[in-house]
Amino acid sequence: MAEASTSGVHEPFDLIKLSLSERVFVKLRGDRELTGVLHAYDGHMNLIMSDVEETIMIVDNLEEQAAAAPTVRVAKRRMEMLFVRGDGVILVRDNNLKIPKIESRIKLDR
Amino acid sequence: MLIFSVFKTLTDQRVTVELKNELSITGTLKSVDQFLNIRLDNISVHDEARHPHMMAVKNCFIRGSVVRYVQIPAGGVDTQLLEDATRREAATQTKR
Repeated sequence: MAEASTSGVHEPFDLIKLSLSERVFVKLRGDRELTGVLHAYDGHMNLIMSDVEETIMIVDNLEEQAAAAPTVRVAKRRMEMLFVRGDGVILVRDNNLKIPKIESRIKLDR
Repeated sequence: MLIFSVFKTLTDQRVTVELKNELSITGTLKSVDQFLNIRLDNISVHDEARHPHMMAVKNCFIRGSVVRYVQIPAGGVDTQLLEDATRREAATQTKR
């Protein structure tokens, strides 16, 4: 990432700092994911986000047929302003829709 | 210290604490400490049928480590102030 070294990103928290007041995607323990606008974070990865949508993955293993081919259901929830405790956070990435996904970037290089 | 300060400004507001065991409690935030332990007054549990343990409880103390989320009123915080404070806190962290 050429842009990262020139813009002074030296450690992971510098990268998160760039995402303040932007939409971020957060992966949490317990098969949960969040998207929301990041307003605050600290060294424990505690987060404060607004306009949050939580997605919970529920795997259906109950029925006998389902155990062979488990189905994944998704439960969503919206919250206006949320504090997230850092010990549940797995990763934080930007949810910037302006940046093209990796697959389309590779096609452009050709 | 940042998040601790934010919670101190939110005392006397109604918040909803979701615990790691899926229990959701709404109450008035009475106090918070450096470990983000929380004291709530006048609580009501969200799914009373599934979590009947707290039916007789009005006020409670929640250990910070068992919290997953705290839902706070949108108007309770100034997002601009939060972002500026976070940048300052991040700067002091890296200086060390």
